[in-house]
Amino acid sequence: MELLNQIATSLQEGDEVRVAELTRQAVATKIPAKQTLDDGLIAGMNVVGRLFRDHEIFLPDVLLAARAMYAGLDVLRPLLASEKVPTQGKVVIGTIQGDLHDIGKNLVGIMLRGAGFDVIDLGNDVAPEKFVETATRENAQVIGMSALLTTTMTGMQRVVELLDAKGQRGRIKTIIGGAPVTAEYAREIGADGFGFDAASAVERVKELAAQ
Amino acid sequence: MREIVRIPVEECLPTAAETLAAQGVPADRAPTEPVAETLREALDRFRELAAPVAIVSDVAATEFVAVYRGEGRNAHPSPLADIFPKAGRLLMFAVTIGGRVGDAISQLFAAGRFDLGYLLDAVASSGTDGLAQRLQENCAGHAPAGTVFLRYSPGYCGWDITGQRRLFAALRPEEIGITLRESCLMEPLKSVSGVMVAARAEDHRFDNSYPFCTECATRNCRDRIAAVELLAPTERK
Repeated sequence: MELLNQIATSLQEGDEVRVAELTRQAVATKIPAKQTLDDGLIAGMNVVGRLFRDHEIFLPDVLLAARAMYAGLDVLRPLLASEKVPTQGKVVIGTIQGDLHDIGKNLVGIMLRGAGFDVIDLGNDVAPEKFVETATRENAQVIGMSALLTTTMTGMQRVVELLDAKGQRGRIKTIIGGAPVTAEYAREIGADGFGFDAASAVERVKELAAQ
Repeated sequence: MREIVRIPVEECLPTAAETLAAQGVPADRAPTEPVAETLREALDRFRELAAPVAIVSDVAATEFVAVYRGEGRNAHPSPLADIFPKAGRLLMFAVTIGGRVGDAISQLFAAGRFDLGYLLDAVASSGTDGLAQRLQENCAGHAPAGTVFLRYSPGYCGWDITGQRRLFAALRPEEIGITLRESCLMEPLKSVSGVMVAARAEDHRFDNSYPFCTECATRNCRDRIAAVELLAPTERK
């Protein structure tokens, strides 16, 4: 559909004003909100994600596109709620206790929302207990944790242990990332996934949420 | 020598190209106009909000042994352990651009301006590195003849991050507003601490074949060593 293609293209160009305007047109012409979301906004973000993975565009371009996506989502949100359109899943994210670095975690949150996930961002300096309590209470599928210091990485293991103790490990998956974190460390502490960067984290969350 | 140095923002302000390069954007890729415009805004915000300041203090090699040893968690061997005993002079240092830039970044993300927030963070990271570099350059005159300064920081090159505790105890950068959390995280986040080692260019050289090099996310040691060798060309023979 031409209008939805225009939304996807404008989103790729990071034109938030145009995306909001076209999304309002889609609503006015009675295109179902779910279709506008999937074939316009998410389709556009998928192209952006692919271009980013292929190093054809860079993070600032992705963030401009994400802002445009949010402009469209703001228009659709009331309709998506009233039509009870399900999201791709629910993810609880945060920077682990003792750490205040949150840019990487913020990027993951932005990209997850762009991929259609419901994201609960607990912020930074988050206690392991809070990750587990929130994910359990909110019925989240995935917990995403970030650490930038070797001294705080151990808090991630505590989250996995708490999930285990509460019998939630397996139902709630865990993914970790951050400068000192490696895939080997993720395996070592029993995390279900590792995100090398924001884009790969989103791909891994998609897989984990689908399990 | 123990000195607090205020450095003008313009002297550590990165260029747009330097900021993008530090974010992995190749030099031959011009940013799109919306990105270029947002980056200009980020540079303006940095200029307005940053308050670059540094503290620098001499430390004797015999004294630095305990500072470097820290809590005994350093990698063995490590480049700094080999280099600092040969130093003509050692200067502990800490620099920060202050907390206002970090506050602005958080506010921008909260307000949905994550494009500007991200680029301001990128500018601030490059600016903080630039500040440390500028301090190193300003201290060049304090290096004994035939030596040049190169800086090392806890958390890099085998110097365990817990080394921050001894370094802070010896340097006391709280005087310029930098504090250390239990996790060894410095606040404001955009701060750098460490030691500047004045040594001959050849003493600064090391192969990046230590076990910790494979996990290094920075990988800029080659450029840093090359820069030192450019400063002391006569020492290359």
